[in-house]
Amino acid sequence: MPIAPAASDVFDREFLGVRARLIDIAATLDRIDRAGGLPDDNPRLDQIRRSARLLATDAPDRAAQIQMLFSLPYRDDWQKAR
Amino acid sequence: MYFFDPHIHMAARTTDDFETMAKAGCVVVGEPAFWMGYDRSGVDSFRDYFRQLTEWEPQRAANHGIRHYCWMGINAKEAENVEFAREVIALLPEFLTRPSVLGIGEIGLHKNTPNEVTTLLELIELGMKTDEQLLFHTPHLEDKYLGTRMILDILRADSRIDRTRVCVDHCEEHTIRPVLDEGYWAGITLYPTSKATPQRAADMVEIYGAERILVNSSADWGPSDPMAVPALMFEMRRRGHAESLIQQLVYDNPLKFFSQSRNFQFTPPE
Repeated sequence: MPIAPAASDVFDREFLGVRARLIDIAATLDRIDRAGGLPDDNPRLDQIRRSARLLATDAPDRAAQIQMLFSLPYRDDWQKAR
Repeated sequence: MYFFDPHIHMAARTTDDFETMAKAGCVVVGEPAFWMGYDRSGVDSFRDYFRQLTEWEPQRAANHGIRHYCWMGINAKEAENVEFAREVIALLPEFLTRPSVLGIGEIGLHKNTPNEVTTLLELIELGMKTDEQLLFHTPHLEDKYLGTRMILDILRADSRIDRTRVCVDHCEEHTIRPVLDEGYWAGITLYPTSKATPQRAADMVEIYGAERILVNSSADWGPSDPMAVPALMFEMRRRGHAESLIQQLVYDNPLKFFSQSRNFQFTPPE
């Protein structure tokens, strides 16, 4: 790729959008709680919580890792089940 | 800059969309056969749909200076009933020879069931018999990773497949690498909620390069944007990418991929 922008430039450009999306997620979770909340073992809520924990890491492929959190597992012997 | 939208469902869009796309520089669209939002009641509904894609839509596009090409197939969502799917597959040969048909697509998996796999194998078999290019739909959301890996397994097991003539579409961050690593074209679909945003598509291009990547709107009857490809072009420009890279993504790549179809005849604009 010909472009190698400084990380600080990317951060400055994206900061407000990231902030807005995080607040939107927080507000959504608050709304769910106000409606009575979900049981702690709700699997989709667990996916969201694990995603939030991934965001706080320095992993280089957080988008792909979060995608995998929301994905059914693959087994290479799936054809035996046909 | 001129661009292709190599995967868009114009049968579900208005003529105003053709006009808007033409004004933005769209010169070619590729329309795969797909699920129209409801299950069709019989094989004749497919026949009429295939006629729409090969007769009416090319004319509607031509009225706006856009070349319309299409792909023939039965989508994964209606492939669960294998006997019904076989009736539709039996229809395909008479349409595959029509002058605007690029190959078989979009075919693939939806919920990754054994019946879907059976239908998919029969569609691939037809494609191999008639030497077609293939366009694969990969499943949505939680089914995507599993379905994409299953499709790659199926293709890898078939030595007749020419990987340079296959596009595995709707790739996202967790599926694009294996598709490219195995030598296929990787489609990235720009959808507002599911699939990829223009920003995430630009990220994937920055990570993997533009080689063998096709970007498309897949605009249809649901929330989608026929101007998604220009939105990606804008995002790439905003990030300072070269016009040559943008052109490779939105024009040169689809031109190269489509040109492998015996029916693709296209004279670039002056």
